[in-house]
Amino acid sequence: MAAVISTAGLARTFQTKAGPVEAVRGIDLTVREGEILGLLGPNGAGKTTTLRMLTTLLKPTGGTATVAGCDLTADPVGVRRACGYVAQSGGTDPQITVREELVTQGRMYRLSKAEARTRAEELARDLDLTGLLDRKTGALSGGQRRRLDIAMALTHRPKVLFLDEPTTGLDPGSRADLWELVRRLRDENGTTVFLTTHYLDEADALSDRLVVVDQGVVVAEGTPSALKLEHAGSIDASLQDTFLAITGRGPAPADTIPVAV
Amino acid sequence: MLLHDTALIYGRYLRQSLRSRFALLFGVLMPLLYLLFFGPLLTHLPLGTRGSSWQVLVPGLLLQLGLFGASFAGFMIIVEKGQGVVERMRVTPVSRLALLLGRVLRDATVFVFQAVLLVLAAVAMGLRAPLPGVLIGFAFVALLTISLASLSYALAMNVRTPQEFGPVINALTMPSMLLSGLMLPMTLGPAWLDVLSHFTPFRYLVDAVRDAFVGSYATTHMLYGVLVAVGFTALSLLVGTRVFRTTGA
Repeated sequence: MAAVISTAGLARTFQTKAGPVEAVRGIDLTVREGEILGLLGPNGAGKTTTLRMLTTLLKPTGGTATVAGCDLTADPVGVRRACGYVAQSGGTDPQITVREELVTQGRMYRLSKAEARTRAEELARDLDLTGLLDRKTGALSGGQRRRLDIAMALTHRPKVLFLDEPTTGLDPGSRADLWELVRRLRDENGTTVFLTTHYLDEADALSDRLVVVDQGVVVAEGTPSALKLEHAGSIDASLQDTFLAITGRGPAPADTIPVAV
Repeated sequence: MLLHDTALIYGRYLRQSLRSRFALLFGVLMPLLYLLFFGPLLTHLPLGTRGSSWQVLVPGLLLQLGLFGASFAGFMIIVEKGQGVVERMRVTPVSRLALLLGRVLRDATVFVFQAVLLVLAAVAMGLRAPLPGVLIGFAFVALLTISLASLSYALAMNVRTPQEFGPVINALTMPSMLLSGLMLPMTLGPAWLDVLSHFTPFRYLVDAVRDAFVGSYATTHMLYGVLVAVGFTALSLLVGTRVFRTTGA
């Protein structure tokens, strides 16, 4: 399968009053077309910064990346046309109705008024929002709002969908629905999905492949079972133990415990 | 594309303003209070100007409306950054410049509308001024709004919280209002104050609008007023555009 995202040494340093902070030190990764890739890492590992660079919200300070055949720095508009992005915070105005947000989003992707209206109805049908079209977004439940955020990001049928911690704050039922939705998107439309998550069960259940980042670099990558075998010694190991072994945050191995004298 | 996108963003934010009719009218409240409770104090004072005291005060109140209103326009963008609306728009191919222009044109529309209300109230209080002069006044309000709103949005894009934003704006608007002679002509004061006020760009605008309100259109005040207003607008749009094009917010 062809690579739809590839990065080489992608880096971002923030200048702060306390000196430079290297949020992302150099990420090399490849995402194949139609893949669901899970980006895992502890808090502050650089997951969101990576996502914001790949969606053109933040200029990299080093390295290169191509998304859907468009160079990140040379052709940001091309990248924007090919990508959908759902931020952690979502991105709708609570005072505006679901329909108006969906139609405006369509118009921002340069659909005509009539096309944007039709597309809003289609998206509402696909994401089970039809009965909510004339409700203000502020009146939606957490799960409904997440579906709306995803509908917004799917307006232009993007090749790549970026989801930043999509299920944070959702109840178990809504999480399961969202996983189902992500799988359906990939199976029916061949959409590549690039998601970050803190939930290891989510990463395990949903991702074809995982990339683990820590302190701004990739520290491991592979299928969930390959990672378990390699880092935790068995494919029956939990992803939790694997993750702790990779990031070195786990309990220290027995033989390094100092012997009492 | 720029026109299409600007119209789209303009429409979105104009609908936002129309939804909060209360805020729309509330903006006129401060200048209206000045008109009602401060205006009558001036009617028999020697202001050293042509025309009635209303022809001196109302131009100042029109610009005060723009100065205080548009400077705080950025508050809304801080709220929208928190909601994720700003980033959601920035990942679409929508023109970066349109994200600024659509907003400032909405602001210009709102403040010109409020300026019309204020002039109507002033007419009821006793203002008599030639129509072309009043229209020129509205044009200045529009230019002032566009420039201040652009600067306000540019600052707001680089600020995280309203707590950082409010004090900066207050610290800039209060002295600007006092030094530009919005309430009373600066020529009444001592020379040093008059000189100092010439370093405030709004001074030139208010002098020009006062001339327009007494029907003198071809004056040096008018020339300087137009030059400063147009120059300030161009500069502010430049700053705003740079911020909206490049910022990682």
